[in-house]
Amino acid sequence: MKNLNLITAPLRKANPITVLILGICSALAVTAKLKPAIVMALSVTVVTALSNLVISLLRKGIPSKIRIIVQLIVVATLVILVDQFLKAFVYDVSKQLSVFVGLIITNCIVMGRLEAFAMAHKPWESLLDGIGNGLGYGAILVIVAFFRELFGSGTLLGYQVIPQGLYDFGYVNNGLMVLPPMALIIIGIIIWLQKPEEEK
Amino acid sequence: MGLRSYIDKIKPNFEQGGKFAKFHSTFEAFETFLYTPNRVTSNGAHIRHYADMKRNMIYVLIALIPCFLFGTWNIGYQHYLSLGESVTFWQIIGYGLLKIIPIYLVSYIVGLAIEFTFAEIRHEEVNEGYFVTGFLIPLIMPADVPLWMLALAVAFAVIVGKEVFGGSGMNVVNPALLARAFLFFSYPSKMTGDSVWIAEKADAYSGATPLGIIFNGGSVSELPSLMDMFVGTIPGSIGETSKIAILIGALFLIVNGIVSLRIIISTFIGAIAMSLLISDVPFYYHLMMGGFMFGTFFMATDPVTAAQTNIGKWIYGFLVGAIAILIRVANPGYPEGMMLAILLLNVFAPLIDWCVVACNIRRRKKRWAAAERRIR
Repeated sequence: MKNLNLITAPLRKANPITVLILGICSALAVTAKLKPAIVMALSVTVVTALSNLVISLLRKGIPSKIRIIVQLIVVATLVILVDQFLKAFVYDVSKQLSVFVGLIITNCIVMGRLEAFAMAHKPWESLLDGIGNGLGYGAILVIVAFFRELFGSGTLLGYQVIPQGLYDFGYVNNGLMVLPPMALIIIGIIIWLQKPEEEK
Repeated sequence: MGLRSYIDKIKPNFEQGGKFAKFHSTFEAFETFLYTPNRVTSNGAHIRHYADMKRNMIYVLIALIPCFLFGTWNIGYQHYLSLGESVTFWQIIGYGLLKIIPIYLVSYIVGLAIEFTFAEIRHEEVNEGYFVTGFLIPLIMPADVPLWMLALAVAFAVIVGKEVFGGSGMNVVNPALLARAFLFFSYPSKMTGDSVWIAEKADAYSGATPLGIIFNGGSVSELPSLMDMFVGTIPGSIGETSKIAILIGALFLIVNGIVSLRIIISTFIGAIAMSLLISDVPFYYHLMMGGFMFGTFFMATDPVTAAQTNIGKWIYGFLVGAIAILIRVANPGYPEGMMLAILLLNVFAPLIDWCVVACNIRRRKKRWAAAERRIR
């Protein structure tokens, strides 16, 4: 069961967003609504997991001088596959995510895990590490998107959650939640709440 | 001295191990509020200035009283003016108080509750910093601001603006302005436009502020007279309409040396220069419109968030004034720029200070090197 740690650590103790501060850019861009955030989280998980696996399988054969290029090619291939898949099956979400699916290739988490983990570990462990980091990234995305969609639009996954009665009573959706700065503030608050827990 | 002996009697409950040890900070805050603390520093050399933080804060509060009083009157005055009713002075004041007291209650209850909670969690003394912030926040709100929004903004400003950085004195941006900025971007329909500035106004009456008139393409001739803007009988945020009240308070602060004259002068220079350069509206209108005066005297001069070095203060003030007018004139989105200019420069103030200090070090190094060469 020692490998379980590979999946659970990135969820909290070594979270790519709140602890390593990687992948912030896309976390700000795609979290205005819950649905794109979930799709993005899954896409990144698939890419980190599979690229970790492939690179780990190839790790003995990659000359270290050109390893970045090899890694990039693997990641780019996977990203294009994911992008095409999204376009084929969930076109509207793919539209909303626009360039940010393509930009997974520049996501520091992907390259970071390849360099730091997959190049030095066995395939099975690398796969688990990739899944763990993808989920750790996704967890934060979903938390941020949950609050932003709930308070910014009054909906969750597109369904009206805040009752009409409340609006009649004078409630107004919070416009700041829809703007990217609020994503940064929410991530900051998550880090603020998480830090003392980790230090115990 | 019944109260003193009562406090002494219940004091052990709040000490370490007492029944209410959790509320030590709260107890301590009320005790020092009522009586001068009887503890003194026991070792080390120390010099005390009579103007400690508490006194500074009280001075700022006193300086804000003219704005508060005029604001109360103006809420009522604008309300009855829009309805076209003529009423007595006391009716006007009564209506104003009816509007302003709930706003103050919300501001202080929410803000102080958060302050006390954080002080207890951190085992620190409750800081008096919120008294000024809590007094400023209502003065920069529209009279009709919904109270739940205000509560949310106060909570946001105190937690995100101040407590995450470590409390009073550690904040990067002015918390009162942050509260306003939060509402401004979160609920624009309640914070901008022509309908929000007069409490429960009649529908037919135009409640546009001078800045709103200019923003919507109006010319200078459509503005209220300069005298009206100076006295303050115009729609606007509660405390910022009357330039007389602001100047009385500002004079008090300047005479007592609480605010930096450098920042004030350079802000005026920046604003005048920028409006001469790019604005069709005469510069003296820009000084009278919107929150420029209030922002300059009470917000830009905040000693925590402004630049600390003397040269830095000149640069900081100049940029506040210049950017405020730039936003007013060139920005298609918002009529007023003072709030955003001050918040922006709050963020840049440490950088300005750093540059000033670095320049100073370099200059002195050069001078020293030259002197050394001469000696050789």
